[in-house]
Amino acid sequence: MDFLHSILIKPFADMATAPDFLLQVLWEGTVSGTLYALIALGFVLIFKSSRIFNFAQGIMVVFAALTLVGLHENGVPALLAVPMTLAVMYVLAMSIERVVLRPLVNQPDIILFMATIGITLFLIGFGEIIFGGENKRMITEELMIPTGSFEFEPFGGFLLIEQKDVTAVVGAVILVLALLMFLNKSKMGRAIRALGDDHQAALSVGISLSTIWVLVWFIAGVVALVTGIAWGARAGVSFALEVIAYKALPVLMLGGLESVSGAIIGGLLIGILEKLFEIYWGQPLLGGNTETWFAYVFALFVLLFRPQGLFGEKIIERV
Amino acid sequence: MTASHASDPQPADTILAVNNIEVIYDHVILVLKGVSLSVPRGGITALLGANGAGKTTTLKAISNLLRAERGEVTKGNIVFEGEQVQALSPNELVRRGCIQVMEGRHCFGHLSIEDNLLTGAFTRRDGNAAIREDLDLVYQYFPRLKVRRQSQAGYTSGGEQQMTAIGRALMSRPKMILLDEPSMGLAPQLVEEIFEIVKKLNEEQGVSFLLAEQNTNIALRYAKYGYILESGRIVLDGEAQALRENEDVKEFYLGVGGEGRRSFKDVKHYKRRKRWLA
Repeated sequence: MDFLHSILIKPFADMATAPDFLLQVLWEGTVSGTLYALIALGFVLIFKSSRIFNFAQGIMVVFAALTLVGLHENGVPALLAVPMTLAVMYVLAMSIERVVLRPLVNQPDIILFMATIGITLFLIGFGEIIFGGENKRMITEELMIPTGSFEFEPFGGFLLIEQKDVTAVVGAVILVLALLMFLNKSKMGRAIRALGDDHQAALSVGISLSTIWVLVWFIAGVVALVTGIAWGARAGVSFALEVIAYKALPVLMLGGLESVSGAIIGGLLIGILEKLFEIYWGQPLLGGNTETWFAYVFALFVLLFRPQGLFGEKIIERV
Repeated sequence: MTASHASDPQPADTILAVNNIEVIYDHVILVLKGVSLSVPRGGITALLGANGAGKTTTLKAISNLLRAERGEVTKGNIVFEGEQVQALSPNELVRRGCIQVMEGRHCFGHLSIEDNLLTGAFTRRDGNAAIREDLDLVYQYFPRLKVRRQSQAGYTSGGEQQMTAIGRALMSRPKMILLDEPSMGLAPQLVEEIFEIVKKLNEEQGVSFLLAEQNTNIALRYAKYGYILESGRIVLDGEAQALRENEDVKEFYLGVGGEGRRSFKDVKHYKRRKRWLA
């Protein structure tokens, strides 16, 4: 009885008695969820347009953040370092298309997947040679990201919201809205969606694969940079960051590999649920540190019942 | 490139000439064994033949979509508007005015009809106003698409998809359309409608057509000239009228023998599939 009570009743009683703390937990969950969503978005963009599961998305986050910090360390002013990092990401996208994707056109998916693992390993080695392996501090203040915090007193309690987290969420929302606008309204965006639907037909109307691929990998690079700045501001910049990219895998299982909105909702869902679980069930019952595995187990359960993910793109089949 | 081929023996009014091409898939499978044909500017030319004869391969060799299927042109050349094009990318070819409408429609299922049409304008550089104008033009030819312009293409009917595919090609302002099996899977009435539009486009917009069809009957009614492919070779060609009256064509492709329709039991099996070559 005691056991059931501690699983089914006590957590909710805790939530009800300290609503300010609950809000705090939800906010923390939202922030990390936003970042998961961003990483998942990078995967989705590339998968949609080229059927490649880009294993390197996580390391691209690290690489972008390291480039930004590294440039600043070498005396480049922070606000100039951002466009320079974007340029580096563009060059990276172009080289990946040229060196890796183009020669492998028409090969089975698994070979392209292996190639992205190769890109991952290359970026790790290359990054360490250039930037070194030690943990670096994100140049938060230099980028004029506010570092103070807001304090509220909802329900007579206490809620602390860091300004850099607010910046991260707002930045992510703007980025996603801009991306959706781009995909739905612009000519290139339309071509990206077309390529995702039917490769051959896209070729036949004169859509050039290499242009679109460079573009998509560059966008994934931009998303990676934003993620890198936001996450780096919270946890510092190091190759350990790559691990959070694996959190995007359960997000993708939930959201489906092809759905932009799925990636966003999936990311938020996982971020919030894992925080709630950690605070109200994990710490009192399991000794804490459940955040490392909760997302995967949760995704496993979802897969049992909805193998296409919660928001997988509907496959249109006509009979 | 141009200097050596200025002397190609093509009459000035030929928009497309295929000269003795050979196509090999995967380095081993020889599909086309020396195909030559030509399409006059402003003409409708039909490419006829049974399944597996090489019609689609011929079209894809011209539009250069072969490479995406690991096929390549190993011999011969293809001349579009007086220039050799077999080394160009499909993108460049569309830009020059030669576009393929693929067999089986291949619409972008998750895009709306209008977005589908607009993708056809990908290679154009002449600005949004001109593209909008052409969109209206396409809607004039296919009023049904205008009604359904917001629906996802994947949920529209086969006929509407075929119209979308042709309309999408039109959006690139083509001089020539390679049309692959427009009649596939459509009701006879719709097939007629599609061919009427092809004819109108040909007459009013001056678009030349190379038409691959299994439906020999309707293709020869709308085309001016026809080629018959069998096992990767052209076995017969001539004016559409002459082909329709040719006894062999009547028997093998139009399904009527010299003495009108025959009962199936009178047809000798060894004769039913006569090969002209081989």
